[in-house]
Amino acid sequence: MSGTDTALLEIRDLSVAVGTDEGTASILDGVNLRLTPGSIHGVVGESGCGKSTLIKAILGLLPARGRATEGSITLQGRALLAAGQKSAAQSARGRDIGFIPQDPLLALNPVFRVGDQLREAMWQYGMSADDPQRNQPRAVRRRVYDQRLVELLRAVQLPDPEQALQRYPHQFSGGQRQRLLIAAALACGPQIVLADEPTTALDVTTQLQILKLLRQLARERGLSMLFVTHDFGVVAQLCDTVTVMYAGQTIESGPVAATMSNPRHPYTRMLLACHPERSQELKGIPGAVPSPLRAPSGCRFHPRCPEMVADCQRARPEAVSGAARMVACVHCHEVAA
Amino acid sequence: MSAAPILSLSDITTVYGGGKRAFGGPRAEVRAVDGVSLELREGEALGLVGESGCGKTTLAKTILGLLTEKSGSIRLGGQVVSGLRPEAARRARPSIHYVHQDPGAALDPWWTVGHALDETLRIHGVRDRRERAARIAEMLMAVGLDTSFLSRYPHELSGGQQRRIGLARILTLRPRIVILDEPTSGLDLSVQATVLGLFNDLRHRLGLTYLFVSHDLSVVRRMCDRVAIMYLGRIVEIGPTAQIFAAPAHHYTRALLAASPTLTPGSLDDMPSLRDDPPSPTAVPSGCAFRTRCAHADEQCRVERPDLAAVTDTAHGHLAACHHAFP
Amino acid sequence: MLIVRKFLRDVAAVLGFVIICVVIGIAIFGPFLLPHPDLVFDSDILRRFEPPSAEFWFGTDNLGRDIFSRVIIGTRGALMVALTVVAIAIAIGVPLGIYAGYTTGWPAEVIMRVTDVFLAVPQLILALAIAQLAGRGLGSAMAALALTYWPFFCRTVYAETRRLRHTVFIEALQGLGASKTRILFVHVLPNVASPIIVRATVGMGFTILTTALLGFLGVGATPPNPDWGLAIAESREYLPDVWWAATFPGLAILITVLGFNLFGDGLRDLIDPKLRRSRS
Repeated sequence: MSGTDTALLEIRDLSVAVGTDEGTASILDGVNLRLTPGSIHGVVGESGCGKSTLIKAILGLLPARGRATEGSITLQGRALLAAGQKSAAQSARGRDIGFIPQDPLLALNPVFRVGDQLREAMWQYGMSADDPQRNQPRAVRRRVYDQRLVELLRAVQLPDPEQALQRYPHQFSGGQRQRLLIAAALACGPQIVLADEPTTALDVTTQLQILKLLRQLARERGLSMLFVTHDFGVVAQLCDTVTVMYAGQTIESGPVAATMSNPRHPYTRMLLACHPERSQELKGIPGAVPSPLRAPSGCRFHPRCPEMVADCQRARPEAVSGAARMVACVHCHEVAA
Repeated sequence: MSAAPILSLSDITTVYGGGKRAFGGPRAEVRAVDGVSLELREGEALGLVGESGCGKTTLAKTILGLLTEKSGSIRLGGQVVSGLRPEAARRARPSIHYVHQDPGAALDPWWTVGHALDETLRIHGVRDRRERAARIAEMLMAVGLDTSFLSRYPHELSGGQQRRIGLARILTLRPRIVILDEPTSGLDLSVQATVLGLFNDLRHRLGLTYLFVSHDLSVVRRMCDRVAIMYLGRIVEIGPTAQIFAAPAHHYTRALLAASPTLTPGSLDDMPSLRDDPPSPTAVPSGCAFRTRCAHADEQCRVERPDLAAVTDTAHGHLAACHHAFP
Repeated sequence: MLIVRKFLRDVAAVLGFVIICVVIGIAIFGPFLLPHPDLVFDSDILRRFEPPSAEFWFGTDNLGRDIFSRVIIGTRGALMVALTVVAIAIAIGVPLGIYAGYTTGWPAEVIMRVTDVFLAVPQLILALAIAQLAGRGLGSAMAALALTYWPFFCRTVYAETRRLRHTVFIEALQGLGASKTRILFVHVLPNVASPIIVRATVGMGFTILTTALLGFLGVGATPPNPDWGLAIAESREYLPDVWWAATFPGLAILITVLGFNLFGDGLRDLIDPKLRRSRS
């Protein structure tokens, strides 16, 4: 990674452990991630790789028995989460960081009008960090907020934005509900938007509409976006840079084109080779993702890795960086584009 | 060059709702499948593709016999097996079986896998306990599992293992036609590859015919010999996979192909996207159902419903239902 | 086992389980351990209204009978009544509920509408009316309770069957060609068993309470039956001076009902097939 551009959001060596009935689960193990201003960064991984927990850690929504054991999350130099803490990000959630959830149906309360739900965050934080409306009477604020919402709904290309606020969630289609939630994530004027598989529940034609919208919004508003997904195809379409996660570790990151055309970590290579488009003989990766209760030592991929050597079990491989890329594998000594 | 059809559907229509309410007027009728004709050839894999709500699962359940068609006929190996109520229809179509979209949920949560597999054979009158055990062991092996899985409960299986068990369960019944309903949904990429490889392998080894219901075009392209595209209950295009992907004729197919993500990083701005959402199946537009979202729609599309017709004289079995089809 | 471990962590449920075990133990062995077996039914007028003492732990009642011994003897009766009532209610309610839940058509409609009518009238009032009509006695009280309790089972089972009917695994069985009888008895019944067990456990406590109430109101057990409710009714007029005559049978009711309720609530959290583990 080049050190010249400053990171908006920086996650450094973050480890998160969650206590369960059957012991302590190490969900994240030394995660590193940098989000630079104005870029869309994809986080890819299979289920169990810890990508949802990463989102929750940034939002300060770690589960009741979970805490950061190591590392930190900083937003423009301000600590959101540090080792030993449960959460400190409450103040950032909603105001500095917007969130687009996975299932647009489950994320809206069916018994309230859409407008009431979209206004919620603004009552709390105002329209931006230095919102002049905050001390106004409620009726005035409401009028201003509604104007802002209508403007946002127009920006997310929802038909009939004026009427939409008065309607209930079930009166919208899946794609429209996702647009509503995108508008909600933008309501308080955040700099960063986190998206947790926001198109997984949608059809491909709707997915394309939403991806185009996100791209356009990011460009127009100078937003940075962290886009979590399991679909390399979506990453290829949408993202500028990408981080690949496996079993709670970040193993590779870099610009999308370079990473996908020339993956350096064995896992990234094998995973991409599983895609129906590239797969030669339709063979998956042998073995299964380990349970976080019994995480392997060192590089967590070593039990399934064909290139495993003794060092892999010993310690987490040192990350090798260069040309905006990062690879954490003992076999990788330098990375160029 | 093409084998004889093992299953043929002619003008099948399946309707939800309809009839009368206990009080008041008639109930709205939704034509989930609307006049579908289709042939399944011995040994082929036919992909059935469409967005959610297009009627592909309804069509699959009609073929299986769980839903009764309103009109049209189904012939299985030359015999008419349509016009029957569900239980009779299932008895008439013993060679067709269905692997559920969520095979884990398709198992009774209180029963072990072994118990469920055993019951499947008992339902079909296999009385000899040793024969049942032998057939189960054989099929578990065929799907790459061993008999230690027999004592597991459904929730103790991973997604890939659930798929395998779901497949083994129906394979013990020695089907000829297997309907795979979204067989890769919810699977991770690395598991998906293994499962798809297994499907391919079993098809060739056991001489199975697949109806592969999916919305994932990259998977269908990899797995199927032919593809049928559905939109709002009708087949809008059907043909050999290579031709459909190389030269889609229907504007809907083109949009669908363009929208499906590929591994080549590309600019989103160059991709044409469809406007709006599909219309509700309760209010299907007149004429061509796709005209409300089609950039090429004109007066003819509004008035006249296009029928499936050969795209070119030279194309073998490549049909599309569009007034302005790409040649 | 996971299920046992999970149960043991639920303090209230374990307490309920211990209470139930003790109550059942008393019901079985109690009659052999009575301090005054002669003073259960036979009165001793000279010793009436003796307060709790080393000799009479719970004191004596208006006829000089040993309250402790009567509470012990009453345990067996209370449990037997509750068990019978719940069993009859299950025998009526469960088959009707499964049938109505799995089929559509007028018989199912009729069953559910009758159930609704029963559920619309407070059970106690209905039971009182039936017991009154059938004449005084424990038998008619039990019949009245069973006749008014089955709709609760019918409702529970009906709702559960309805839900199951649309689950994927039932659909898959239909797809495999399984017969309706097989689906109902081999798959639906075991799946509704757990809510039935929970309801029955809570129902035991509830029935003990209502039986006592009927006894108290004079339409249940008849003297000299050592019924807890009857005991409270009989000692009512001597309150508050002879507080022990009503207090100890009342405590017996309270503790027993509490035990069943706590245990039933605990069971509810355990009905989850995911807690099953293969033996490997």
